[in-house]
Amino acid sequence: MIMKGRAWKFEDNISTDLIAPGRFFHLRSNLPELAKHVMEDARTGFSNMISKGDFIVAGENFGLGSSREHAPTIIKMSGINAVLAKSFARIFYRNSINVGLPAIICDTSAIDEGDELEIDMVKGFVIDKIKNLKLAFPPFPSLMNKILTEGGLVAYIKKYGMLKA
Amino acid sequence: MGLTLSEKIISQHCEREVKAGEIVIADVDLCYVQDGTGPLTIGQIEKMGIEKVHNPKKTILFLDHASPSPRFELSNDHKMLRKFADRTGAILSEIGGGISHHVSLESYAIPGDVIIGADSHTCTNGALGAFATGMGSTDVAVAFAFGKTWMRVPETFRIVVNGKFQKGVHSKDLILNLIGKISSRGATYKALEFTGEAIENMDIAARATVANMAVEAGAKVGLFPSDEKTRLFLEKMGRGDNFRKIASDPDALFEKTIEIDASSLKPTIACPHLVDNIKTIEEIGDVRVDEVFIGTSCNGRIEDLREAAKILKGNKVHHGTRLIITPASKRTYLEAIRDGTLNTFVEAGGVITGPGCGGCVGVHEGVLADGDVCLATQPRNFKGRMGNPNAFIYLGSPALAAATAIKGKITDPREFL
Repeated sequence: MIMKGRAWKFEDNISTDLIAPGRFFHLRSNLPELAKHVMEDARTGFSNMISKGDFIVAGENFGLGSSREHAPTIIKMSGINAVLAKSFARIFYRNSINVGLPAIICDTSAIDEGDELEIDMVKGFVIDKIKNLKLAFPPFPSLMNKILTEGGLVAYIKKYGMLKA
Repeated sequence: MGLTLSEKIISQHCEREVKAGEIVIADVDLCYVQDGTGPLTIGQIEKMGIEKVHNPKKTILFLDHASPSPRFELSNDHKMLRKFADRTGAILSEIGGGISHHVSLESYAIPGDVIIGADSHTCTNGALGAFATGMGSTDVAVAFAFGKTWMRVPETFRIVVNGKFQKGVHSKDLILNLIGKISSRGATYKALEFTGEAIENMDIAARATVANMAVEAGAKVGLFPSDEKTRLFLEKMGRGDNFRKIASDPDALFEKTIEIDASSLKPTIACPHLVDNIKTIEEIGDVRVDEVFIGTSCNGRIEDLREAAKILKGNKVHHGTRLIITPASKRTYLEAIRDGTLNTFVEAGGVITGPGCGGCVGVHEGVLADGDVCLATQPRNFKGRMGNPNAFIYLGSPALAAATAIKGKITDPREFL
């Protein structure tokens, strides 16, 4: 599967409070409404800037903080196809896979805002068309890959009936 | 080669000996959600077409984040969680019951358990020697439904803390120091295992503060071996028969050992907007404070409240500064009523809220104004954390919080001891 889109660049340490702010706690059971505020405290008006298929590109420790799965869920709902970062916080990483949002670990230093990217999920590389760069990323462990391929953990459970090692 | 605490506990939950780096499917002893994550968990369980929970007596829904609810949307979420508990027989911890992680320490967590909670601070249960970690709503939905989860067995950083804490220096200062040293991603995916003379001397409340903030260094768990202090705590909670001795093997393989001398620690503060942005009280300078908040799963226990009350007794909260206290649980609240701790706070000019997560959630009970500066005992100070991205949150111990409330600026608690 090859995904194509534009990069939106963010810094290190983007917390779940920046992705899905606590002041919108009451919207957690209204995800379409919550998604309008995605990344709002990292960049005002972000949900109106995205085109379907774009990518979030960040530095270290993306998604640190709370366990709120609403964070990767609203990133996905807003049309973002994958998040690329140098590193991810543990719970966010797991949640991303579970909701079917690829969280790709690679050296994002050279990618700039607005760069056109192509991501090959099967072969495991990112191409920055503007910089003429090819960045490899390690394959997902088999269980995670299966969950991601099915589109998330709910779909996986519906298909396999249970977690399988 | 022996096993670390993590390897040992996970091995006991998947019927074979496992080592760091393996991905396993493990049995879950206790699983829980709170009112911010639970509605999504229930939605996912319904989507999976599952109607029962695996073990209702070990499945808990905590109403602690918006407790009581400040908005109709959240009241509707509470209603949904109550209905789910009624339908499945899962345990409901009502508003006023307290913070999930603290109530879990009081009533549910057992040394050697695997505990999965849909809240990042589930690692607090590591204080009792339980392999406890936070996950998202869907992961916990699977644990609710099947009593199992998948996980990667973490490598372990052994944190050896020797020496004695100086007067006015607490376990909060220790963990802030450690996070400052290794950074907020220094232990990502790893287990922290605490040991040493200073750790042995800590009570469960002090250990819980440290375990709670393991996630702030990126760690999956913050583990303490169970010992005499654990046994005494469980006995005090009326469940001494839950005690089990568990520790890592002497020849266990640790990825790294970090040594800290407790006697070298000073009152420590995390500055906006990251937990690893650490300064000591000598380095902090003049920081005027609008709000002081004492509470949360990190520092809302009776021991924390007593520490703060000791300093506030006979003093007044500074004009222009407000003080809010949120006890961690109903039990904490009752103890603080009985021993006069709450009296001391109210006489000093503080406001007491009902038990729960309080202002740390960012929806009620102390939401900050634009430009406000807050000193809180909570575990996290990210931009927007207390409901306003234009405010500034500093983190410190309950003693430091009390001294700060009196002076209206960040203050060394040792001035009052």
